[in-house]
Amino acid sequence: MTDTMARPEGGIGARLPRKEDAELVTGEARFIDDIHAPGELWMGMVRSTMAHARITSIDTEAAASVPGVHSVLTGAQLADMGLWVAPLPCAWPVTDDMLNPPHWPVTPDVAHHVGDIVAVVLADSRYNAADAADMVVVDYEPLGVVASLEQAREDQIHAHEDLGTNKAYTWALDPDPEGTQAAFDAAAHTVSAHFVQQRLIPAPMEPRGVLAVPAPHGGELTLYSATQVPHVLRVMVAATTGLPEQTIRIIAPSVGGGFGAKLNINPDEMLAVGLANHLGLPVRWTESRSEAAASTHQGRGQLQHIELAADENGKLTAVRVKIDADMGAYMMLITPGTPLLGSFLYHGVYDTPHFGFTCDGWFTNLTPTDAYRGAGRPEASYAIERAMDLLALEVGIGPDEIRRRNYLAGGEAFENLESAAGLVFDSGHYGPSLDKAMEIVGYDDLRAEQARRRDAGETKQLGIGLCTYVEICGLAPSRALGGLKYGAGGWEHATVRILPTGKIEVVSGSTPHGQGHETTWSQIIATKMGVDPADVTVLHSDTALSPLGMDTYGSRSLAVGGVAIAMAADKVIDKARHLAAHQFEASPDDVQFENGSFSVAGTPAKSVHIQELGFAAFTAHDLPDGMEPNLSEQVTFDPTNFAFPFGTHVAVVEVDEETGQVDLIRYVAVDDCGTQVNPQIVEGQVHGGVVQGAAQALFEHAIYDENGQLTNPSLLDYLVPSAAEVPTIETDFTVTPSTSNPLGVKGVGEAGTIGSAAAVMNAVCDALSPRGIHDLEMPATPWRVRRAIEQAGGGS
Amino acid sequence: MQVSATVNGQQRSADVEPRMLLVHFLRDSLGLTGTNVGCDTSSCGACTVLVDGRSAKSCTMLAVQAEGAEITTIEGLASNGELHPMQQAFHDCHALQCGYCTPGMIMASVSLVDEYPNPTEAQIREGLEANLCRCTGYTNIVKAVQVASGGGS
Repeated sequence: MTDTMARPEGGIGARLPRKEDAELVTGEARFIDDIHAPGELWMGMVRSTMAHARITSIDTEAAASVPGVHSVLTGAQLADMGLWVAPLPCAWPVTDDMLNPPHWPVTPDVAHHVGDIVAVVLADSRYNAADAADMVVVDYEPLGVVASLEQAREDQIHAHEDLGTNKAYTWALDPDPEGTQAAFDAAAHTVSAHFVQQRLIPAPMEPRGVLAVPAPHGGELTLYSATQVPHVLRVMVAATTGLPEQTIRIIAPSVGGGFGAKLNINPDEMLAVGLANHLGLPVRWTESRSEAAASTHQGRGQLQHIELAADENGKLTAVRVKIDADMGAYMMLITPGTPLLGSFLYHGVYDTPHFGFTCDGWFTNLTPTDAYRGAGRPEASYAIERAMDLLALEVGIGPDEIRRRNYLAGGEAFENLESAAGLVFDSGHYGPSLDKAMEIVGYDDLRAEQARRRDAGETKQLGIGLCTYVEICGLAPSRALGGLKYGAGGWEHATVRILPTGKIEVVSGSTPHGQGHETTWSQIIATKMGVDPADVTVLHSDTALSPLGMDTYGSRSLAVGGVAIAMAADKVIDKARHLAAHQFEASPDDVQFENGSFSVAGTPAKSVHIQELGFAAFTAHDLPDGMEPNLSEQVTFDPTNFAFPFGTHVAVVEVDEETGQVDLIRYVAVDDCGTQVNPQIVEGQVHGGVVQGAAQALFEHAIYDENGQLTNPSLLDYLVPSAAEVPTIETDFTVTPSTSNPLGVKGVGEAGTIGSAAAVMNAVCDALSPRGIHDLEMPATPWRVRRAIEQAGGGS
Repeated sequence: MQVSATVNGQQRSADVEPRMLLVHFLRDSLGLTGTNVGCDTSSCGACTVLVDGRSAKSCTMLAVQAEGAEITTIEGLASNGELHPMQQAFHDCHALQCGYCTPGMIMASVSLVDEYPNPTEAQIREGLEANLCRCTGYTNIVKAVQVASGGGS
């Protein structure tokens, strides 16, 4: 309908400054640790110091005598108190026979990773709670520790003794293994590469925290949590504690970043709810940064084996992938499914007649893994994009040329194309993406400079890395999720209403934590309804205000939640059109809608603005027969397909061959997320995503020792990059609208991360290529680079 | 013990434990929750405030060390309802997303521009090295500091 696409200032496509900023730049915003309730008790967690051990005794006497301590409760005592009726949930049992050992909020008998909670202290202040937790004395009987994925695969020592194996599941997407093998047998060129996806700590700048406030005589309970998923949490609190769902209210206040770390259902949340409900007192907890490394899930953790088969021209004939994925000690909300989110993308943007993927999930005695920015897709794009560079070397052509020869649809524009893994890619146009990225970065000049430095034997060698990625957003068609055994739907809910005074109220079930939804949703309404975005308020993140929602993760908010809002706005406009027609004494078919105003064709003097109709709908004195009062409409949108954003990234690095230091000196990202609502917000998402992926390539690694102890839990030695380590991220875009939704939008929250680790590592390996070094394990630290150079016979 | 300091132009005092950190004095004793805590190793800079005009991580100081000091927090930066130019530039340049590091980042940036009135990009990047942001990739933070210092577009 073109008549609903009026373009007021600040609508779709505008670089509207964010509505969210005022309270954030002045310190007025309320994050979880800023919210207090009278009489609140602080939890102090007593965490296992052993990776795998049986608890033989817990002495709480000294802790209980600390001033201000209310009580000290062990796992065994808590189990007897009946605070929960089920273990913490895993919503994604990926196979019927997947192993899923119980994960209780506080373990009653055996600790399965360092940081597993064994007892909890309640005290009157954060300081006293911490003091008392330190004074609880726990005796352990050590058990065998599975401290790495390699060790898990050996399956000699078991992370859960009673399971008798570490293998949690095998999941395959391998429709024609014989055909794939035949393609390898007939191949002119093959690549077989092993990559390590190291464990990462998500590290949003705000640590997690909770505050549970009971209303003992009202029978209700409010849980404030620094969460991405208040709606999911409400269901899971009911399922885990047995409290009636309708008595539970979840509020996510201002949330300081998530990146997946805040989409889980955590022990602390169930402890706070259970204890607050039991005691009739508010109970709170804020994790410390060092505690976060054990109390909040980690990301990645995979061993990848990817094989490519190609003909004499480098044209792919088969892609075969085997993944071993580290679950950690327990299955959390989507632990087992996270690696599988990438399963459909291991052939990347390329056309291949044969494709096979298998993943084994393994338990270790380490912190559980789960979704971290990109969740399975960065791993996939890393494997295929690194492997394509190796294929280019094998064939003897450039990394740009190997990609061009293999792009789906020959790099031309396409719509609704079935991929080798069996999905239908909504739209794509990969050739221009590569062209644009190479032009912006000045590819030929960089190659010339690289050749000059190589010829001159300079210490600082140049590396140029390409990556053309594709990802899956718009999570998700509920039927597709059902087919994957995911335990929930993928819809999103929205309500749009015109208030009596003409202002617009939007209720959204998606839950922002930095993405700028209030601004973006206002822009959609501005364009749809022809109103000033300043007249729009967005309600979210509180299950009492927004009872229906599926929350924010997987770059889904715009492609599902934003579309729901646009569709609800259309319903409001349609109802308002009938009301306007009634006022005009005209047929609704003759009423036009433009720039927010209804008028009758041919009689422009008769006109009413949609905001003016709010009052008439509210008083309801003169509505058409059968029309309900008020202009308030709701939509629950369940997409029929995913959306597939793509792009080409180019990283340029300088590698100091004497010190091994890698400097990322330029980064060009050309992304395509379909229609853009706010290009400034889109750019910001790319900037941050790129740096997170580059950080995996160069800096970040959660390092465990052989006893399962994390050796770098703090930000002193877990190297989240600062401004000094990264360049300005140069962004540009192509726009290929999605066919999966009426706005043509795709999603951009994870794109940067999905493209950048591969681009940066391709650049590092490109710099070292003359030395015969074609692969390095992430992160490419100075030590690793120097060691590789020395092993290749260079330097001393 | 009693601690008195001038905070955002007002004389404030509270009875604190000797071990209390300055950031908890500001947040818990005075209710100035704009200053955030992001780590426990003085690494992230979310808690940066100005102490006697210079940026300081308020988690590295005890409250008692601030006795008699003049402290400015994010709440004290705007005046007469007008945002400080650095706050305005962060908004205009989209230099924040979740906003959790933002108060500390803005206070550190104010201190940086005080020391280097026309900072180069390299000076900005090195000057903000002790403040971590996980959302923005720093591109727009650098731009905001350039704009606020009159040096960039």
